Amino acid sequence: MAEQAVAAEKKKRSSDDYSYVGMVFHRLTRHKLAMAGAVMLILMMLFVFVGPLVWRADPNEQIPGLEGMFNPPSQAHPLGTDDYGRDVLARMFFGGRISLFIGFISAVSATLIGAFIGLLAGYYGGWADNLLMRFTDAMLSIPTFPLLIALASVMGKGMWQIIMVIVVFGWMSDARLVRGLALSLKEQEYVEAARAIGASANRIMWRHLFPNTLAVLIVSTTIGIGSSIIYEASISFLGFGIQAPLASWGNMLQNAQQFIWNAPRLIVYPGLAIFITVLGFNFFGDGLRDAIDPKLKL
Amino acid sequence: MDNREVLVDVKNLRTFFYTEDGVVPAVDGLDLTIHRGEIVGLVGESGCGKSVTALSIMRLIPNPPGKIISGEIIFHGENLLKKSEEEMRLIRGDKISMIFQEPMTSLNPVFTVGDQISEAITLHQKTDEAEARKRTVEMLHLVGIPEPERRYRQYPHELSGGMRQRVMIAMALSSNPDLLISDEATTALDVTIQAQILDLMRGLQKKLGMAILIITHNLAVVAEMAETIAIAYAGKIVENASAREIFKSPRHPYTYGLLQSIPKFAERRTNEPLPAIEGMVPSPYHMPNGCRFNPRCPFATEKCRAEEPELVELTPGHLVRCFHPIEP
Repeated sequence: MAEQAVAAEKKKRSSDDYSYVGMVFHRLTRHKLAMAGAVMLILMMLFVFVGPLVWRADPNEQIPGLEGMFNPPSQAHPLGTDDYGRDVLARMFFGGRISLFIGFISAVSATLIGAFIGLLAGYYGGWADNLLMRFTDAMLSIPTFPLLIALASVMGKGMWQIIMVIVVFGWMSDARLVRGLALSLKEQEYVEAARAIGASANRIMWRHLFPNTLAVLIVSTTIGIGSSIIYEASISFLGFGIQAPLASWGNMLQNAQQFIWNAPRLIVYPGLAIFITVLGFNFFGDGLRDAIDPKLKL
Repeated sequence: MDNREVLVDVKNLRTFFYTEDGVVPAVDGLDLTIHRGEIVGLVGESGCGKSVTALSIMRLIPNPPGKIISGEIIFHGENLLKKSEEEMRLIRGDKISMIFQEPMTSLNPVFTVGDQISEAITLHQKTDEAEARKRTVEMLHLVGIPEPERRYRQYPHELSGGMRQRVMIAMALSSNPDLLISDEATTALDVTIQAQILDLMRGLQKKLGMAILIITHNLAVVAEMAETIAIAYAGKIVENASAREIFKSPRHPYTYGLLQSIPKFAERRTNEPLPAIEGMVPSPYHMPNGCRFNPRCPFATEKCRAEEPELVELTPGHLVRCFHPIEP
């Protein structure tokens, strides 16, 4: 029986439709931490995207008067109400959408920009490398928050402005990462082999080197989503991010801090949501790194 | 002696590397002729400039630190050293292909082997995807890979070293080059696989008719394959003749020393040690004056230490760079 099962498993895995994506998926499913992360993320996605379909409440509808404020959880408001008498559950749904959207878009854009700059610097080397990396260093030495606040006051406070700010200050670590990778990858024999079949510099960079950095980049993006969410929360917490009445987990936190003694649960909900989401992305990113590397045995 | 059309004519090639410790004349006045459809062996110790010669022909010398400072590489009547990078790109992989020493690392780990051969095809031929795929499967079949349809979809790490070298050969030959450069292509393989790959290369040469430049430090490899053998020492050719001549009557003391140091089981009955060439390869930063082999040469004279010999044709087709060639 057991032998049969092993044989069946073997047959299944050595079958002809054994693709790279299939392999990564298979290895990912066996990675416990990644699966824990995936479960966290799936729960948060369900919460944010399916939740509003189940619990149809308007996140901006206020219950006027004292009796609407700071209601504890009840049947009418499963997570209670906030200082304006708004339904906290509904605000958590829509705030989460904004936070996740900002996190995803800014992390992916920052990674792509970083990869572009890093590849150019690492592949060409010499003065191009010097120029691009010194620029990266300069960007890294700018104190982010003061400038951020200045930028936000100049550009106005909106979702796209926040994304831009996070991207502008978020690509440097990816650029350094990819530059380092490109420096070692370009010495690989397959790069010389690619040159020997007549591939151009652009082709070698984007077709041969870039996919080899993807494993690292996907991990970095996944973890980057987490830190972008934190970034958004911090900016919003300082009052320069998403503006009321639009909700984000960050500005819900900011709003709740003044009532920390009256209604501590208002801090706990968005805080917990951010915590679970970021942790989920970090766990999943770690697992993905292990799964995506064909040389590593899992 | 050879009436075939000259395919590649390397004349007085000098490729230097400018390092922090000084200038390394890796190739310093090297001449080499390859005829159409000929198998030429370029043999020498590590550091004698054989790989640099190959990379110079491909114009793949990393610059900096390397630079081709003078010479000519005539290919199809045109000097490759005068071509622009873009023109060279069109020649590489199309008219001249190269296979490398490490089959384990010469393939990109993130693409299937089929994709990589297809890439080589589509880079030089106007074909659609289906056509390139068909040609790839044909090439895999040609280089003796069983189940080419299935192998097409496999990743390099799923193949053995010998299989990967076959894939490299398929890639190199996919656009019917006139010249295939094999840079120590069998060195990393074990002996049985090495024999298979050499057999394959010889068979393909007969079938497709391309010239092959085999670069190796292993005389046994070229003994079986090459028609002509060039022996390189310290960046120059010291002897160039037909394989038969080289093995039967080596004229240069270095070639003679190399041949003497091959173990011969049938002839040896005593326990005397294997003859070796005395001394070491000269440091590239301090090349000896005169003949570069003189510090290690048993026949060296004052003249050898003062003047550098020219490569002269002693008998038709047999070129030797020595003042005191060994009499046959």
